[in-house]
Amino acid sequence: MKSTFKNILHSPRFMVGFIIFVIMLLTVLIYPYFVPRDPLLSLGKGFLAPGTYFSVYDANNAPMYRVELPEAAANRLQSDLPESDRKLILDFLKAKGADTTGLNTSNEGIEALLEAWSANYDEADVKKSKYDGFSTQAKRRALSRLDTKLKSFASGVSMNVTRGDEEGAEATKVSGADFARVDQVANTISLPLGTDNFGRDTLTELVKATGVSLLIGLIAGTVATLLGLTVGLLAGYMGGIVDDILMFIANIFTVIPGFVLLILIYYSVGQEARGVVTCALVIGLTSWVWTARSVRSQVISLRNRDHVNLSKLSGHSLPRIVTTDILPYIASYVVMAFILQVSSGILAEAQLSLLGLGPKTTDVPTLGLMMNWAKLFGAYTSSNAWWAYFPVILVIALTSFSLNLMNTGLDQVFNPTLRD
Amino acid sequence: MQVSSNKEQMQTPADTRESVTFGANRNKDFSKEPLCLSGKDVTRVFHTGKTTTTAVDHVNFEFHKGELISIVGESGSGKTTLSKMLLGLLEPSAGEIFYRGEPRLIKSGKQKRKYWKGIQAIFQDPFSSYNVFHKIDNVLLDCINMRGGRNLSKDEKIAMMTEACSFVNLKFAELTNKYPFELSGGQMQRLMIARIFLLKPEILLADEPTSMIDACSRATILDMLLNLRNETGMTVIFITHDIGLAYYISDSIYIMEHGKFVESGRAEDVILNPKAPYTKRLISDVPKIHEPWDLSTVG
Amino acid sequence: MAKKMLEVRQLTTKYITRQGEDVYSVDHVSLDIEEGKSLGIAGESGCGKSTLALSLMGYYFPPLHYTSGEIIVDGKTISGLDPDVVRKTVLGSDVAYIPQAAMNALNPTRKVGKFIEDVIRAHELPMDSKQIREMAEKRFALLGLPVEALDKYSVELSGGMRQRVVIAVSTILNPKVLIADEPSSALDVTSQKMVIKMMKDMMAKGLVKSMIFITHELPLLYNVTDDIMVMYAGQIVERGSAKEMVFDPIHPYSRGLMNSILVPEEGTRDVKLTAIPGTPPNLKHPPAGCRFAERCRYATPACKFNQMPIIDIGGGRQYRCGMSVEKLREVYASEQQ
Repeated sequence: MKSTFKNILHSPRFMVGFIIFVIMLLTVLIYPYFVPRDPLLSLGKGFLAPGTYFSVYDANNAPMYRVELPEAAANRLQSDLPESDRKLILDFLKAKGADTTGLNTSNEGIEALLEAWSANYDEADVKKSKYDGFSTQAKRRALSRLDTKLKSFASGVSMNVTRGDEEGAEATKVSGADFARVDQVANTISLPLGTDNFGRDTLTELVKATGVSLLIGLIAGTVATLLGLTVGLLAGYMGGIVDDILMFIANIFTVIPGFVLLILIYYSVGQEARGVVTCALVIGLTSWVWTARSVRSQVISLRNRDHVNLSKLSGHSLPRIVTTDILPYIASYVVMAFILQVSSGILAEAQLSLLGLGPKTTDVPTLGLMMNWAKLFGAYTSSNAWWAYFPVILVIALTSFSLNLMNTGLDQVFNPTLRD
Repeated sequence: MQVSSNKEQMQTPADTRESVTFGANRNKDFSKEPLCLSGKDVTRVFHTGKTTTTAVDHVNFEFHKGELISIVGESGSGKTTLSKMLLGLLEPSAGEIFYRGEPRLIKSGKQKRKYWKGIQAIFQDPFSSYNVFHKIDNVLLDCINMRGGRNLSKDEKIAMMTEACSFVNLKFAELTNKYPFELSGGQMQRLMIARIFLLKPEILLADEPTSMIDACSRATILDMLLNLRNETGMTVIFITHDIGLAYYISDSIYIMEHGKFVESGRAEDVILNPKAPYTKRLISDVPKIHEPWDLSTVG
Repeated sequence: MAKKMLEVRQLTTKYITRQGEDVYSVDHVSLDIEEGKSLGIAGESGCGKSTLALSLMGYYFPPLHYTSGEIIVDGKTISGLDPDVVRKTVLGSDVAYIPQAAMNALNPTRKVGKFIEDVIRAHELPMDSKQIREMAEKRFALLGLPVEALDKYSVELSGGMRQRVVIAVSTILNPKVLIADEPSSALDVTSQKMVIKMMKDMMAKGLVKSMIFITHELPLLYNVTDDIMVMYAGQIVERGSAKEMVFDPIHPYSRGLMNSILVPEEGTRDVKLTAIPGTPPNLKHPPAGCRFAERCRYATPACKFNQMPIIDIGGGRQYRCGMSVEKLREVYASEQQ
């Protein structure tokens, strides 16, 4: 036994498959702790490209803050109001004959300059009065333009911001031209694989779907293996009429294509009743035949081995002979069959769901359902949203690749004639 | 001892060694002993598809208590089928097998288990005779338990196992915690005999126990079977294709051809004065040492 | 002196195990066979009989590897050649090999005649199908095999017939050395006799110049071959004529083997067999001294440390033991008292 385990660990094929599988399993198990959100939550519009992110903000419960940026406003005025404009204001004030004492064009004097401007400028008055140096139409228009510009400053810029719940707070606006760095924004959801057609985060959905599909494979594989093993053992060991009846049933399952049977059962069960477990059970119940057949043939050859005859002569009971003299010999084979059944269970689910016969769509995602959605909403035709289906295909391929690799690795260990 | 044949004066080393006694049971007249296993018109037919094969065809036999019987036949003669019927692993299609003179009833599981208390087997292939997942200790402990020794103390059990192993020239201390497949073929077959030694059945059926092991180890096995018979008085049914071997070991010989016994009788009579043409041919076709091997009689 | 058909000088071959260990299953074996003679090789299983047979072909495939020594067939050295050259120019024409399960080697989907064509084609001989057919029919008639067998599939033939057909096919090119490894052990006695008769016929008619016959059945060997060689743990322990070997073995191991002979003859019943205790050594770690010392009842402590050379005592007799022939015979004689 020890050496068998050692051989298994030394089989490169098995180990590669095993490592891929374990990595996937760990991802499925650990990922929810980092992203604890419902994988079916719709986050935004459909088919957002990979790399999109949202900043999320709870408008109802979060305390409200306002940003106070007086210096920013001042800096902005300094850069947006060039020296020429300031000179124009000063010239106009002088022409109008307003009090210009203390006013200058320096950065520090901008506030005073603007106040003086708003106190003295009046467009109609300028048109009528034709102040010195501003008699021409062109000059007057320049003044008018300057006024518009200064007004726009006043509307967006004056940001003496205070906390919202303080009394006498002023409502202020943040201009669209302001920006911040992404990595310093709290509560972002980034979407490395974009969103699917319903605007769900594809990555989170994919991880969940992988987990669910593995579960389906596991249940289907267990059911198929247990059923196949029982039928095979009974038919092979008992022989005679028991064998005939069991093999008759197995033959019925063989001649009716399993997939057609699956489709019929699924259809008759109806969409609403099809949970994950139902799906897995139905897949398991239709795929036990091959395990049963091969277990039976192995048992028949074992049954005629001398150690089984000796065990009979020793007066051992049937259950004891089966469990101690037959089962251990086929255990390695059954393990391999189980791995294959898991793999084919996952594939069967994917096929069925792709046809729209998968589990209920509102509960959980599965790999097949994701493919189905991507197909229905034109991910591979109109939207060209490769991220909605390609990663799914990759995961299906990788799962079945790793399981098959483990199977061939085990085969080489248990079947010395296949060793190179 | 001198070879009584006058055809050839040369002697093999075996001929010239002093004769070791084979025990009191050698060459004894067993016909007065009580019947152990006998059969009347025992027949077994196999149906495969539309063809029927009669593997064993109306054979009659009488095996007495303590006798060492050889059933000699070539491959396909039905000797394996017959051995399975004797063991109760297969039911005859017709005819009846008698156990201690009474019809053998082995319909129910309970009857079968009762019958199997009295008969044990050693098979041809030592490598397939053991459950590879069980250690040697378990194999022997199982035998003690079957003989009702379940409640014995550990020391008593070990003493019994040691005795059984030393009977077949094996050292129990070296075998504990080993698996049977770690032994050589000859040692495995000897362990089988140790198993029989512990079980002490009334009948032992040995189905070609030496055909898969070397000539050198063969002598040991045969010796042990003879000893076992002498010590326990069990009936040994020896099934073989090797007529020389059958002549050496057995008291009486049954020659089987195409499912029928063509000749039977005391070993000396059958081998030295064969009556049936098949027996004559069989003996003449085996290569010999002292007598010339006539190749011209075939082809 | 007759022409030597096969000369083997210090041939050593080894198996390389999966763990990378070297196992020398044929260890410095030297032998020769003269034209028209046959040599039998006896020994327990695992003593290197079958490996020697494989090694003598000059064609090695893993895990068997050639190490050193020479094989000379009718003056032509075949050891150390390129495998492709050996396959085309040596196998079948110089050396023919019949393995243990030869009768199961025939492809069941082809007719027997096709196999003969294959042999001719593989050796690139300038013959057309008609010529090959004629040759095959002639050969079958010569060997007393039914010509119709050429148009049958192997499954239609009985075991004994199949075995004879295989031998006829593999000797179609009149090989100088025929190596037969247990050619009859899977057959019943009558078929065995027919196979042996055909092989002896082939020798008598000169279709095969010399033969090596391997079996563990000593009475058979005694009746088939001129000489018998006993192998133990990859080495030759004794060689001599069949009669000498059976009735007057020198080496304790050969003596043990001859003791185990059982034949349906008067007298067999009256003497008890004696066995050689123990098992052959593991050749991964061969004993330092005499390889048989562990099981030898005459071994002295020195035997376990001294390698025994092979001693030639003339008349084609060789043995490998530390004791002299006289001493051994004396010991054997004293045992009978």
